[in-house]
Amino acid sequence: MKNKYSIFSLVKNAFSYHENWEKAWKDPVPKKEYEAIIIGGGGHGLATAYYLAKKHNMKNIAVVEKGWIGGGNTGRNTTIIRSNYLWDASAGLYDHALKIWEGLSQELNYNVMFSQRGVMNLAHNLQDVRDLKRRTHANRLNGIDAVYLNTEEVKKFCPIINTSQDIRYPVLGGTLQRRAGTARHDAVAWGYARGADEMGVDIIQNCEVKGIKRNGDTVEGIETTKGFIKTKKIGVVAAGHSSVIANMAGLRLPLESKPLQALVSEPVKPIIDTVVMSNAVHAYVSQSDKGELVIGAGTDDYVSYSQKGSHDIVEGTLNAILELYPIFSRMRMLRQWGGIVDICPDASPILSKTSIKGLYFNCGWGTGGFKATPGSGDLFAHTIANDEPHKLNAAFNINRFVSGDLVDEHGAAAVAH
Amino acid sequence: MFVINCPYCGEREQSEFKAGGEAHIVRPKQPTELSDDQWAEYLFMRKNIKGIQFERWVHTHGCRKWFNVVRDTSNDVIKAVYKMGEKPPTN
Repeated sequence: MKNKYSIFSLVKNAFSYHENWEKAWKDPVPKKEYEAIIIGGGGHGLATAYYLAKKHNMKNIAVVEKGWIGGGNTGRNTTIIRSNYLWDASAGLYDHALKIWEGLSQELNYNVMFSQRGVMNLAHNLQDVRDLKRRTHANRLNGIDAVYLNTEEVKKFCPIINTSQDIRYPVLGGTLQRRAGTARHDAVAWGYARGADEMGVDIIQNCEVKGIKRNGDTVEGIETTKGFIKTKKIGVVAAGHSSVIANMAGLRLPLESKPLQALVSEPVKPIIDTVVMSNAVHAYVSQSDKGELVIGAGTDDYVSYSQKGSHDIVEGTLNAILELYPIFSRMRMLRQWGGIVDICPDASPILSKTSIKGLYFNCGWGTGGFKATPGSGDLFAHTIANDEPHKLNAAFNINRFVSGDLVDEHGAAAVAH
Repeated sequence: MFVINCPYCGEREQSEFKAGGEAHIVRPKQPTELSDDQWAEYLFMRKNIKGIQFERWVHTHGCRKWFNVVRDTSNDVIKAVYKMGEKPPTN
């Protein structure tokens, strides 16, 4: 049993100069065999392992990660959480996640700094206005909080926005989801890792998967840089590298992996206390607790695994940011980075069984997977444990690309794909 | 960000071009006879390779012509450029 984090443990450890904190997770050597193996130690993978152990009593499981946990897209995203998606299937999926977020810090005994500061999506032309109003109505029918704001209300909610109607893309209105917000991305990975480790899950870092061993249509195990590990169930949660793992298993996926960039400014005093996104001009911004502006850019249009994007993408985003927020004109940017996002043709994820028995894929989250982390883990664990999808992720099966029953969320993805 | 050697215009900044995805996906000759699986394969399934990829690009802000590129997607280094209809380089 791990020591609980609390004000008392903080005080106690202060007396020993914080040098004796218990390790949050172990560094085990892989066993010869596991009941299930999760490939990918990001937020979604660790959450999957956590819920497999917690809700499905599968304790003899491992998470294998080629780098360090939370070092991929989990540590690279702009931490936005919301559930204001258009279609019923997406609303169910993302709001399931949002409901878990609301109690996650308590459940994990780990402060994920979930902050329901609201997310506002802006409209810049009449079609945007119609689309966003439609989305607001759809959200409310699905029990998701959403309101439509006119230009004055947008200005009142976030006073630094330039609402002049003379700019190239004037603000005509926007939607607001008050339950939406942000969380500390690293803490999510670490909190789930600590929770999973406590229940006996082996978290194996620096262990790259090199091959999937199959016997006919059944999986037998994985080849890794730390040797062969036997298992009957493999959950792949490899984000941008999902196709690489799929190729090892001889499976084809409808994915393209592309660079997505983000950047942060130097830290400043509190200036923006919400998250503002704009799909049309492609700019979104929030402020971290450290005071940095966190800005998300768009994807490049070519396949790349280089974790580098193009400068013109960043330039385009900053042009839009400056027109919407003239107050930021003299801000200096501190850091810029890229992640590799795996994008489905319908901008919705895949949480599914495959044609190979014992092989499951959780991928295709594209530019917006972070918000779904707890829900994705919970539903993927259900799918792996029962060999059947939960009703909330049934629509996100891989066969929808054959049947044509797509979940087209390009409009709600907030970053144009 | 990289430079692409357009076979018609020469070396230009990548931002002048638009990527057209995987190359050499052959349009079905008899579309009416395709099964749903074959349609899915043609429309949606992609190699999405980490490594040497054959792909199409169009010089949107230049000659507006389509052509093929061989690029290493792990580091964005371009290995070859060839025109539409030409055979892809083998080495």
